[in-house]
Amino acid sequence: MHNSEHYSEDVKIPMGPQHPSLKEPESFLISLRGEKITASSVRLGYNHRGIEKACEDRTYTQGLYLIERICGICSHSHSTCFSQAVEEIAGVEIPARAKYLRTLIGELERIHSHLLWLGVAGHEIGFDTLLMYTWRDREVVMDLLAALTGNRVNYGINTIGGVRRDISSKQKEEVLKGVAILETQTKYYIDLAKNETTLLKRLQGVGVLSHEDAVRLDAVGPTARACGVKRDVRKDDPYAAYAELDFKVISVNSCDVYGRTLVRLGELMESYSLIRQIISKIPEGAIAVKLPRKIPAGQAVSRYEAPRGEDLHYVRANGTEKPDRVKVRAPTLANIQSVSKMLEDRYLADMPIVIAAIDPCFSCTDRLIAIRDSRNKEKNTVTWETIRLKGIEWYKGQGIDFKSLNKKLTESF
Amino acid sequence: MNEENIKQELENKFSYLKDAVIIKRKGRIFVAVELDKFDEVFAYAVKQMRFLALSAITGLDRGDAFEVIYHLNQEGRILLNLSVSLNRENPQINSVCPICPSADLYERELEDLLGIKVNGLAAGHRYPLTDDWPQGEYPLRKDWKAKISNQGVQNA
Repeated sequence: MHNSEHYSEDVKIPMGPQHPSLKEPESFLISLRGEKITASSVRLGYNHRGIEKACEDRTYTQGLYLIERICGICSHSHSTCFSQAVEEIAGVEIPARAKYLRTLIGELERIHSHLLWLGVAGHEIGFDTLLMYTWRDREVVMDLLAALTGNRVNYGINTIGGVRRDISSKQKEEVLKGVAILETQTKYYIDLAKNETTLLKRLQGVGVLSHEDAVRLDAVGPTARACGVKRDVRKDDPYAAYAELDFKVISVNSCDVYGRTLVRLGELMESYSLIRQIISKIPEGAIAVKLPRKIPAGQAVSRYEAPRGEDLHYVRANGTEKPDRVKVRAPTLANIQSVSKMLEDRYLADMPIVIAAIDPCFSCTDRLIAIRDSRNKEKNTVTWETIRLKGIEWYKGQGIDFKSLNKKLTESF
Repeated sequence: MNEENIKQELENKFSYLKDAVIIKRKGRIFVAVELDKFDEVFAYAVKQMRFLALSAITGLDRGDAFEVIYHLNQEGRILLNLSVSLNRENPQINSVCPICPSADLYERELEDLLGIKVNGLAAGHRYPLTDDWPQGEYPLRKDWKAKISNQGVQNA
């Protein structure tokens, strides 16, 4: 039983920007009565890096690499979404093979993201074995992504006009082998989610967001689909190769964190099926078309179903080689407003898992680096060199000397 | 309702929108609306035409004027992009939060990054800039340049 009746006043607790349960900065102000949350507000923006402005000073191709770095988890979502917008303005249709390859990487990315989430969810409820298991399995898909694209996180596979790397028949076999392992493991996790008492007790009825609130607050992705809002850009506004592939939109009506878990697990199974279809149906042909450096004046809105939900990019071109405006609306920004609703009248102890359940990504959401010493208000500049030297000094203090380490490394090669 | 029906309905309801509704492709409709007519067109699109979801609001600086684009969608399928121009001297627009509560953060972005005054926006944290960001500096305006040197980022 909660103990809120023993308290006559609310206590305000700031959580963040260095948040105890998330790896990214954001700040919540929680009003508590006993253990119960009576009100909450969120302050975002700590990760705003001015990427949209920076894109205006860069060519479309340079912008593509910058945009890929909006997020370290759904990097492919952003680069595909941006490329689609530019290709639409230029009036270019990319080759079918390129569409399939983008879809393939997109689904592999979803698998890595959902497995990562499942691990974080396990960690937030004190079920760290689940974290260890899922992150171990996630390495399978990370290796596949590295083999196909050359990179584990920022894949660099997209180019405006298609993709940069083709897939070989040997790689196709490797993908199928990896998918088979992951499918077996995911079935085990689904079984776990349905029967394991820790998960059921800790996730059911926690972080409830009603169907009406999900619609009213424009929640997206698994957060919305767990409230019975059957929306998925892959189905509703198909892009890349999705119109030619068969898959179900997974949704449940439980409206809680447990539902969000089931939706993501179900989506993992759909992703495995999608990947098998892609491997068997991928058409032969070119993987990219060349686009002129200057993109004609125009505008386009591109959408993409990222692992966390609808990602939207708006691009306006002015006839030069640089865009006039690039706007990014990542899924977390759409979902964050639901969090206050989910926390209302709930326990403080549920807060980490409730926030984690929307799978927040604040880098995506904030897209600035302001260096200022708040104590003396002076403008303070830190260069990379200073940071590097500071790092070396800090490690020296810990008894680690890079000089001798470097020497050892050179000798061993 | 397909794109053609939506165009028809908007043109029938608002005679001044004749020639303003452009179907760019399947699922993408762009409509340029005058500022004094904006509130009624927006309310009609959301309440009567069931464009209930607001995907995002984009603000941009065209040089001669600001432009704000509201990306609405219907059941996730068709995107209705309503755009409105604001003069650069005194850019103001009414908040759409009473109709679309999810507009809050997007409207704060308009205020922070472009210096567009959003009338009726509830008091709250600014977004996305820092609390000590200097007044009158709006980074997404075309005449705003970041003061960057090879010594690192300054005045940011």
